[in-house]
Amino acid sequence: MAPTPNWLRRRGARPEAASDALWDICPHCNERLYKKDLAELLWVCPKCGHNFRISALDRISLLADGDFREVAEDLMTGDPLQWTDRVSYVTKTAGDRTKSGLMEAILTGFCAIDGVAVGLGVMDFAFRGGTMGSVVGEKVTLLIEECGRRRLPAVVVCASGGARMEEGMVALMQMAKTSAAVARFAELGLPFITVLTDPTTGGVSASYGFQADVIIAESGAAIGFAGRRVIDQTIRQKLPDGFQSSEFLLEHGQVDMVVRRADLKPTLGRVLRFFAARLAAVPA
Amino acid sequence: MNVIVELEKPLLELESKIEGLKRLNETQRVDFSVEIRALEAKANQLKAEIFGNLTPWQRVHLARHPRRPLALDYITALDGFTELHGDRTFRDDPAIVAGFAYLSGMPVYVLGEQKGRDTKENLYRNFGMPHPEGYRKAQRIMKLAEKFRRPLLTFVDTPGAYPGIGAEERGQSQAIAACLQLLAGLRTPIVVNVTGEGGSGGALGIALGDHIIMLQHAWYSVASPEAAASILWSDATKADEAAKRLRLTSEELSEFGIIDEVVAEPLGGAHHDTQDVIRRILDADKRAVRRLMRLPTDELIDRRYEKYRKIGAHTELLHGRAAR
Ligand SMILES: [Zn+2]
Repeated sequence: MAPTPNWLRRRGARPEAASDALWDICPHCNERLYKKDLAELLWVCPKCGHNFRISALDRISLLADGDFREVAEDLMTGDPLQWTDRVSYVTKTAGDRTKSGLMEAILTGFCAIDGVAVGLGVMDFAFRGGTMGSVVGEKVTLLIEECGRRRLPAVVVCASGGARMEEGMVALMQMAKTSAAVARFAELGLPFITVLTDPTTGGVSASYGFQADVIIAESGAAIGFAGRRVIDQTIRQKLPDGFQSSEFLLEHGQVDMVVRRADLKPTLGRVLRFFAARLAAVPA
Repeated sequence: MNVIVELEKPLLELESKIEGLKRLNETQRVDFSVEIRALEAKANQLKAEIFGNLTPWQRVHLARHPRRPLALDYITALDGFTELHGDRTFRDDPAIVAGFAYLSGMPVYVLGEQKGRDTKENLYRNFGMPHPEGYRKAQRIMKLAEKFRRPLLTFVDTPGAYPGIGAEERGQSQAIAACLQLLAGLRTPIVVNVTGEGGSGGALGIALGDHIIMLQHAWYSVASPEAAASILWSDATKADEAAKRLRLTSEELSEFGIIDEVVAEPLGGAHHDTQDVIRRILDADKRAVRRLMRLPTDELIDRRYEKYRKIGAHTELLHGRAAR
């Protein structure tokens, strides 16, 4: 495994290990895998190619060239509804912070991907299922606004169960807020690229997830508007094979490409370099 | 079963008794005025008892009342409504109605999520749950409004965007996302009326605008109470509990600054005086459009940006950085 990059060492907090087990079981083919090996395999099952869900920190390690300068890292959510169901929202987010080592469900910052400077946001499913509340909406908006000021491309890696229920309409309105930021950014003529990873649904897919100039889906991800269970309960008929998979979306014209995890960084680099290419080189 | 329909049964019986006596009064030349007055007093008391203190969950049912005014009731109350159909690509989605009309002589474009009055109509309208082609038809209308610089009025009344195979195949997420992006930058005033159910992203798809009006007993939420209950407690019967926690009423959303104006309903709900409610909504629309039309377009767009930009509930931990 590659040595821990400086930005990660500086950042300090790492998530608590979910368990001390040396093994992970592939949820797709049940293969027993050495945890130690998994990182080197980019958290991809060598037997069936299944992509394990990975943390935002690991994702950034996979994509960023070297340094990642995090911004807005201290934003913490409030509790606008003073929400409680089985437990309080405050308790839930405190648990998520410990479990994920993150302040919220997204990390945003600036780095280079395959040599191209970008603003990068990476969502983390381990924090409230990657749901979008005030902080996710604010950080995505801040990132896009700052990319506009610095005239940099914006890249967001999505992993989300949708709008965060515990923040009610304040969460739903983050769809409007981020959409407004994307709309403004689009007028600047700067590229916006999203990478949809497992899972990307609901409020995130129905806002910035699908507003990008180029939409890349990581292979084997579940992507859609409604959750599978909701659709099941509504239509009560068998869902087609591979329904809402990345490959299904490509076939139905919803994403530009499906890319394996190992190819994500070079693919992003290629796309970003094209957008950055100067018109000066007009062929004679 | 709609809980309001059940609750108001004794009231309706009483009201029909009063009607009967009034008719007798006229035709039989017998004076029932004392009895009528007594029954009317009783009816008013009953109305106040039933509707004076509704729970959020009962209000959700009021918003779903089978006789509540629907989008087309407002839209056809405008002058000269002309419906425009289709997304030009796949099909016409009857769950979203679109077109143009005059609001007190002012040309406007209109969009509405339309439910049915009965089972047959509801099957045709898909219970007011749009497919992607509905949102793409909506995008056509948004672009027309911008191109010809006419205000856009929308009427929101949907349980949610339809969750189905075709909807996913044709990109429900993208369709709503594109509506939001388009509305955010639309260079013409947008006035939104949440008149019935504001079901999550499916509602928001036509509800991003400059002035958000909500009928008193409409609901607007990140998730329907049933969906929230089944997610949170794996028990859809806890919807009444969820309705309370979600803060989906017009008063609460007004406090949060999510909506800008509440239009009052008569005691018992909009269906007790449909014509009056329609007039009040269209009056509010008129005031909003007049005010917004006076703004220079760039200022209109900037204000819209700021309106959504400031929605959030978060704090910055200043010591977080220092401690590192
Ligand atoms: Zn496997």
